[in-house]
Amino acid sequence: MDFRLTDDQRALQAGMRSLLAARHPRERLRALADSPPPAGPRAPDRALWRALGEAGFFSLRLAEKDGGVGLGMPEAVLLFEEAGRALLPGPLVATHLAAGLVEGAAEGNCVVTALDGPGAAEHLASAEAVLLLDGPAARLLHTGAGGAPRALRARPVRCVDPTTPLHLVRQLPRAPDGGVPGLPADAARMRREAALLTAAQQLGSAFRTVELAVSHARQRAQFGRPVGGFQAVQHLCAEMLVRAELARAAVYAASLSVEPDEPAEIAAAKLLADSAAVRNARDCLQVHGGLGFTWESDVHLHLKRAWLRLRQWQSSADSEELLANTLIRDASHIPGRHPANDATDVLDAENVTA
Amino acid sequence: MDLTLTGEEEDFRRRLRAWLHDTLPGLPPEPPADDWPARRAYDCAWQRALHDAGYAGLHWPADAGGRGATPTQHLIFIEETERAGAPYVGANFVGLLHAGPTIAAEGTTAQRARWLPPILRGEEIWCQGFSEPDAGSDLASLRTRAVRDGDSYVITGSKIWTSHAEVADWCELLVRTDPAAPRHRGISWIALPMNAPGVTVRPLRTLAGTTEFAEVFLDEVRVPATHRVGPENDGWRVSMVTLSYERGTAFAGEVVACRRTLARLARTARANGRWDDAVLRRRLGRLHAEFTALWRLVQWNVSEAAHAARTGGDGVPGAGGSVFKLRYSQARQELYEAAADVLGPESLDARQEWTAQRLSSLSYTIAAGTSQIQRNIIAERILGLPKGR
Ligand SMILES: Cc1cc2nc3c(=O)[nH]c(=O)nc-3n(C[C@H](O)[C@H](O)[C@H](O)COP(=O)(O)OP(=O)(O)OC[C@H]3O[C@@H](n4cnc5c(N)ncnc54)[C@H](O)[C@@H]3O)c2cc1C
Repeated sequence: MDFRLTDDQRALQAGMRSLLAARHPRERLRALADSPPPAGPRAPDRALWRALGEAGFFSLRLAEKDGGVGLGMPEAVLLFEEAGRALLPGPLVATHLAAGLVEGAAEGNCVVTALDGPGAAEHLASAEAVLLLDGPAARLLHTGAGGAPRALRARPVRCVDPTTPLHLVRQLPRAPDGGVPGLPADAARMRREAALLTAAQQLGSAFRTVELAVSHARQRAQFGRPVGGFQAVQHLCAEMLVRAELARAAVYAASLSVEPDEPAEIAAAKLLADSAAVRNARDCLQVHGGLGFTWESDVHLHLKRAWLRLRQWQSSADSEELLANTLIRDASHIPGRHPANDATDVLDAENVTA
Repeated sequence: MDLTLTGEEEDFRRRLRAWLHDTLPGLPPEPPADDWPARRAYDCAWQRALHDAGYAGLHWPADAGGRGATPTQHLIFIEETERAGAPYVGANFVGLLHAGPTIAAEGTTAQRARWLPPILRGEEIWCQGFSEPDAGSDLASLRTRAVRDGDSYVITGSKIWTSHAEVADWCELLVRTDPAAPRHRGISWIALPMNAPGVTVRPLRTLAGTTEFAEVFLDEVRVPATHRVGPENDGWRVSMVTLSYERGTAFAGEVVACRRTLARLARTARANGRWDDAVLRRRLGRLHAEFTALWRLVQWNVSEAAHAARTGGDGVPGAGGSVFKLRYSQARQELYEAAADVLGPESLDARQEWTAQRLSSLSYTIAAGTSQIQRNIIAERILGLPKGR
């Protein structure tokens, strides 16, 4: 057991960070956020999408014989964490899942988005295909670019996250009789993988807001000293780090989970990464004071994207229910030498007094 | 990133599991929580059994009486013993989890030979004499004085909240050896025999009604100078080694225990109908996520420390221990709050095990450095924020 990153993993992470620094620098993020509505839905930058494809972002877990990179979930998690740090927009998870299933997805030549039941779909108008998860079934809807909103009778909304165009879909189209050929993966597995990759993005954002808060707290002076010297501010920052580190331990461990049918680790990872991203962004905003409430600071972009991801793939309530049910299952085989403490005995005692 | 175990480690787990399976049913019943002499005897007998089976001081270096096991084997040991419901370290807490490791890291050959084997064999119990009435969070303001007199120190002062003092043989004592030096410079770390003339122990009652800690009065207690661990006046540094063990790994086993408690809670809730309350159910689900992740964080911190040790560091757990300790102490309190809601009115019965635990959990955000102090450490030492006020 050595939980730390290997040298190869560090190199992969560093490579992705520099790619994003070059192709998706802060100025680009700000340009996306600042172009005033109603500029209409913005498509993912196709050149950047292809650059991601060339870097293996989408084909990372595809076997080498199928033209992929042949790496695993731990590596994918590291790349998605970087994407989350940089607030890279686009249906990254869906396109990654579609690599090998939709032609061009692996190379970044097409954009694939997803719907897990009726709800919100990001970047629907620019997607060539939509991954539809409907209960236990998964299928693909090929619409060609621009065709998806009509095919799904989707209503465009102005997304709270200014860098993500969003549509709401009330009802999934009925599956054609006889099923859809060519989609081997099952929906449950796709959901788990999507939840984990989304958690990784939340994680990246959670660590990024710690950095933003700490660097602001070091620079901003009030009462003749940096505000980071005030304990109230220090303690906000300390709790932010604790949330991020706890989420990291959970997300990385879940990516290593050898048992693919064990969804509890992934649920824990999503749950903790969601709260780390959302709560860290809020605390980061607080540390920035009035500046944090301005459009010009990046903090709100992290918060809004975190809100969006919170509702994608596995809600907190779903994760909590799943984890609670795992507890009941585990409880049936707890060994122990303390029968007097056991639930049944508590109840027996109650029955006696009743 | 790798959490898989080697074949050797899997073997180790299997053997340990088999041993626990054979051994635990034969243990005598646990003594009542407030009978300290009986608890001492019970905890020491368990430690002796571990020793005889080759499981004592697993990860201590071989020349400190340990087995030189890998950090991973140590974690497996923690996981398996807790999972099997083996006895808690109890009265052996200080000796095994921080005084012992400190002596192993900082002591001379003679000191290691004198103090470590009896800890491992469950023959000697240690306590921790750091805090004083006026020196808790501000530990460096401690005033208990040790004056050099020939080959001895003569110690006068008092300590407070000393856990297990009533039944301890030795105390890891912090004393001021140079009152003229700056606060952090004039301190030394000394092994005090609790039966020395001039040592008086007065039990203090905790809010749980138990007497697990005490006041210790020191009236011209004479201790050989050879009992000092580390250089004279360098005790602050030595005590930081102790504290990093205390915060770093000492609570690791309890995380596993909390997961068991959580599963038992779920079962109780299902049996008594509280499981139908979705809000309560989800609280338990979230706690499950927290304790799962806390165990992963232990693995993360241990991997970091093991790596540091391999590359020339001292292997002492780093400030990351504060991250763990801060969240663990909060999560443990939330667990027993949830337990009270599962039990309902029954939680008002002080003899309920979970109620006793709920009371005891209140100390977790105070002992071993309060939550405020942990946040200070994280902000200043990990995040590099300016020194606070
Ligand atoms: C169950 C239990 C067992 C213990 N066992 C031992 C033992 O075996 N040996 C031993 O030596 N000690 C032991 N202690 C003592 C423990 O280490 C101290 O209680 C602890 O360090 C806090 O010190 P204090 O009680 O003096 O609180 P204080 O330091 O007086 O703190 C009071 C309040 O002020 C806050 N505060 C203090 N300083 C700061 C600051 N700089 N910034 C922000 N807030 C601050 C604290 O967080 C706390 O909320 C034990 C305590 C408990 C509860």
